[in-house]
Amino acid sequence: MALMEVPRPAAARAVVDDVCGTLARRAQAGSMGMCPVELTDAFVTLCAAQSCGKCVPCRVGLAKMHGIMAALLDGAARPADLPTLERTARTAYASADCAIGYEAGAMVLRALEGFRDDFRSHADQGRCTGGPRDAVPCVAGCPAHVDIPGYVALVNAGRYDDAVRLIRKDNPFALACGLICEHPCELGCRRGVVDDAVNIRALKRYAVDHAPAMFEVSPDGAPAPASAPARHEATGKRIAVVGGGPAGLTAAYYLALMGHSPVVYEQREHLGGMMRYGIPAYRLPREELQREIDWLLAQGIEVRCGVRVPDDVALDKLRASHDAVYLAIGAHTEKALGLEGEGAEGVLSAVQMLRAIGDGRLHDFSGERIVVVGGGNVAMDVARTALRLGAEEVTVAYRRRIADMTAQAEEIEGAIAEGCVIRELAAPARIVTEGGHVAGLEVQPQVIGAFDRGRPKPCRADALAETIPCDRVLMAVGQGIDAAPFADGGVPVEWGRLAAGPFGEVPGMEGVFCGGDCATGPATVIRAIAAGKAAARNIDAHLGFAHRIEAGVDVPPAQASDRRPCGRSNAAERTAAARKHDFALMEMGLTGQEAAQESDRCLRCDHHGLGAFRGGRQQSW
Amino acid sequence: MVNLTVNGQAVQVPEGAPILSAAFASGTRVPTLCGIKGVSDIGACRVCVVEVEGCERLMAACNTPAEEGMAVRTDTPRVLEARRVNVQLMLSQHEVKCPTCVRNGNCVLQSLARELNVLDVPYAENATHQSWDASFPLIRDSAKCVRCLRCVQVCAKVQGCDVWDVKNRATRLDVDVRDGLPIQDAGCTLCGQCVTHCPTGALRERDDTDAVLAALADLDTVCVAQVAPAVRTSWGEGFGLEGTDASEGRLAATLGALGFDYVFDTNFAADMTIMEEGSEFLDRLGKRDAGAVLPMFTSCCPGWVRYVRLHRPDKLASLSSAKSPQQMFGALLKSYVAPKVGMTPPRSGADYQAGVREGAGIGIGLAEHPEGSGANDEAAVAAVAEGGVADEACDAAGKRVFCVSFMPCVAKKYEAAVEEMAREGEPDVDAVLTVRELQRLVRLMHVDPRRLDERAFDDPMDEGSGAAVIFGATGGVMEAALRSAYYLVAGQNPDPEAFSAVRGADGWRERTFDMDGTPVRVAVASGLANAAKLLDALDAGEVEYDFVEVMACPGGCAGGGGQPIHEACELAAERGAVLYGLDKQRATRFSHENPHVAMCYEDYLEAPLSHRAEELLHTDQATW
Repeated sequence: MALMEVPRPAAARAVVDDVCGTLARRAQAGSMGMCPVELTDAFVTLCAAQSCGKCVPCRVGLAKMHGIMAALLDGAARPADLPTLERTARTAYASADCAIGYEAGAMVLRALEGFRDDFRSHADQGRCTGGPRDAVPCVAGCPAHVDIPGYVALVNAGRYDDAVRLIRKDNPFALACGLICEHPCELGCRRGVVDDAVNIRALKRYAVDHAPAMFEVSPDGAPAPASAPARHEATGKRIAVVGGGPAGLTAAYYLALMGHSPVVYEQREHLGGMMRYGIPAYRLPREELQREIDWLLAQGIEVRCGVRVPDDVALDKLRASHDAVYLAIGAHTEKALGLEGEGAEGVLSAVQMLRAIGDGRLHDFSGERIVVVGGGNVAMDVARTALRLGAEEVTVAYRRRIADMTAQAEEIEGAIAEGCVIRELAAPARIVTEGGHVAGLEVQPQVIGAFDRGRPKPCRADALAETIPCDRVLMAVGQGIDAAPFADGGVPVEWGRLAAGPFGEVPGMEGVFCGGDCATGPATVIRAIAAGKAAARNIDAHLGFAHRIEAGVDVPPAQASDRRPCGRSNAAERTAAARKHDFALMEMGLTGQEAAQESDRCLRCDHHGLGAFRGGRQQSW
Repeated sequence: MVNLTVNGQAVQVPEGAPILSAAFASGTRVPTLCGIKGVSDIGACRVCVVEVEGCERLMAACNTPAEEGMAVRTDTPRVLEARRVNVQLMLSQHEVKCPTCVRNGNCVLQSLARELNVLDVPYAENATHQSWDASFPLIRDSAKCVRCLRCVQVCAKVQGCDVWDVKNRATRLDVDVRDGLPIQDAGCTLCGQCVTHCPTGALRERDDTDAVLAALADLDTVCVAQVAPAVRTSWGEGFGLEGTDASEGRLAATLGALGFDYVFDTNFAADMTIMEEGSEFLDRLGKRDAGAVLPMFTSCCPGWVRYVRLHRPDKLASLSSAKSPQQMFGALLKSYVAPKVGMTPPRSGADYQAGVREGAGIGIGLAEHPEGSGANDEAAVAAVAEGGVADEACDAAGKRVFCVSFMPCVAKKYEAAVEEMAREGEPDVDAVLTVRELQRLVRLMHVDPRRLDERAFDDPMDEGSGAAVIFGATGGVMEAALRSAYYLVAGQNPDPEAFSAVRGADGWRERTFDMDGTPVRVAVASGLANAAKLLDALDAGEVEYDFVEVMACPGGCAGGGGQPIHEACELAAERGAVLYGLDKQRATRFSHENPHVAMCYEDYLEAPLSHRAEELLHTDQATW
């Protein structure tokens, strides 16, 4: 009998693995500003390279699809080409022998559907729908379009005050975002092509931590401190901003810089919105948030806390007494699952719990066993907050897998490290009560199943329901918008959200704008900030002005550098054991050594590639 | 200052200066293609790459700042290889048809290939072929474009017009008119700055030399040349003529040798412009309280007029109604001078210089067989011929007067073709050639200007004042107008240098002059982005002026888009200095003292702004 060779990894195999790994990183980093047709073509070409060549639709079909798309891209397509492409893709999907072929066909079909306008534009006009507009991926990825390469270079140069000035040109919440931004900027970071995205958020925090002067506020009458940005001449226009969260305060800040007089109406005791009433203090300490808000207010924002619109002041009255109104009421109502026993004593919503903490009223969960229902960032926040409030044990029950959770990976890891137990594939069935009080959560085991709308759906497992005994259930299953009072006042409401046109204008209500979570549904702080920034511009234009906001900061030129591969520095956290008993800031900033190296990792896409094309960076908006 | 070495030689450059500056300071040439100093350093062509000690990869010298202690090498095998391969790659996207290219012999890509000893291109050629309207005065040949993006940068940054943009992405990135618009609808002012900054033959003016050759060859046509002020500063470039050798007299002789029956000077018409525009300005100034539109803008630059029409139509009423010198010349030539002189073609066969006849013969051949015309544009020949060869244009003797203007400008081609610039279907100016076309014409006709004796321009449109000749420099029209306006207000001449403070290199300058007790606030802008800033400031109420001169091209006509092209040289200031030198040598430095101008008013027009002057020398640009 022939001997059997012991398999050993071939050197070539290692290279293939390395190439594929690099390719995956590149695909992730390069997702901004690509031509969808070119992307589809490249994907099909890659698929064709994987083909074994046996079956017809894969061997011939993929190559033909590539040929048609190349002709489209070259402006040489014939009228019949698009239908032929679609038929070929359908056939590859329907009839290829294996996944390499049929998944490629499915991908082209998805692309034809999703990028129909782009395919048409190439077929009919021989050109792409857009030019290479998103030249700097991080700036394009940031909803507020903060000049990230600019402030990273300023951090690198040790000019922290200027870094904060530059951030504030587009985002007044430099401090808050340095701590809690979900950093969509890092997703497309071109450094990922080399090794890993630059730790942008940590560099922002580093700048803020080293620019204390940028938060100085002068007492009334004293000359403005160095931190004060330029303000345009007073216009005498009063603008009501309803809601003192990130969207409202951002709008108010830029409106103030434009010379207007914004007045913020906030129904709660304090400003900050979800940054105070949603995000736990161990991620964003209250006194730090307040420091930033106090600085913002000093730039000319009037505030009325404890005033609820429209109950305390009707919308019509606001409109009559102001030149414009911005509605940014957020999404602060809790949602329920409608479970049996959901009204029992001991069931608390995440919104209620975090709101009370925001006003300084801490629950005492000492010795309690707690189950959290949900799988998003809020579920992680309440789970970890419950631990800090003295809970004996905290279990998160989630009907899908951990991998399917919408919470950020580091939040989940943090919760687990602090001792939270995650029960995945456990669908809440009912709340078990004893004498009207919570005694446990009955969960139905699930199996993960077929895909539905892009993600796998949990299905009931052939197993008996189990009860997780507990003293309290915390429901973190989403927030809604308190839209009804505004609907009564005439604001159109769609899908439970305040309706807004493309420029945030409320249809049929001259001079009324809305934005942030109340218009989009619950999203992120940086999205709310971006909405507030747009609102300021659009309200300014509505009032007949064209004020520009600029930082007046020169960015250091990009230096000669190879930028060879170098690992990403992540901010350290206090150990789980040390942090889980208090609300003090959990994350530690980068060290000076780390910040210098991390800022050096930036590839300066503002200088290389098309970043310097035409006008270069946006100096003002 | 930072200290570094280039090829071992120590140099010092200011902080922030690119490696390219350091190389230059050390006397080392680093080839470049896509960059334009002060306008674009996007690092697209990668031809200027150099080795920096300690860096694994090569660095672009154009946009990498020199640093303290840097050791740069510009001549290593790796550098040479990268430069050569990048040039080969560019050549593969370029239709390499050098012999029939307008830029043959003056092409950055061609000279780079020679410099880098590129003897073959190992890649398949895949130039793009976009269609183009050949009748438009600006021609783009996408097959010659190497995507250096200079045109996009110049148009956006220097001219603020954004006519060009990139289309498509990745490997298919190309240059095209913004948003896929037809060029006619894209706000192109025809300033020609993209042409003078194109490194290859992708952009050029429409070639109208065939139409001129046909006229020169037609014995029933009187061919009249007029020469714009700035042409005399640059026409000799390329013929080995420098300084005083490239004189106005030799230019006149050259045009005569080409076969023109009359060689006149546009300067005469520039002086007329001052009389009309200056009078209009004083008229508006006097009616300020009655609501006259101020500031008044000059109108002699057709690029600027197009800009106002296409980008700022709200400012049309601010433009002076005076026609440009080119058009005043044409109108006066055909209405006043031709009958006065009794123009008939003086050319019997015996008068011909052999060379001219031969050249003209070639011209006829080309016109009759346009498919053989190569660099010439058939549509253009047809367009010019249609208007120009109209029978009713013939004078009493059955002779046609054909006016050819030589301009440092592409937009003048548009201006001459505007319907309002014709009477009874007969254009005042029949053909406009840029200085580059003039040079091509001279080459084609085998005229050697170096061997020609100087001669004078022809009477009576021969004489221009010093005020007229400075029209070709930024601020010149303003200075000339102020000299005569002062005379009209004060009754005596000012010191001719009294208004020289409007000269300068800044793109936007402002001064206030005392005009015999009346303060006059003037501003001068060149480069349309500067003009746009000026207009914005006026609109915002940040500035107030009475009189504003705008020239579309940076530095005025001396830096015009129809001037000869010199890679990496902005010659506007140098050429402008030639004009200021000529100003000083003139018999008179005041337009109102030009005897022919005085005669023209006496004989024909009566006075500035008279009914006949209005009819012949003024226009409403809003109707163009």
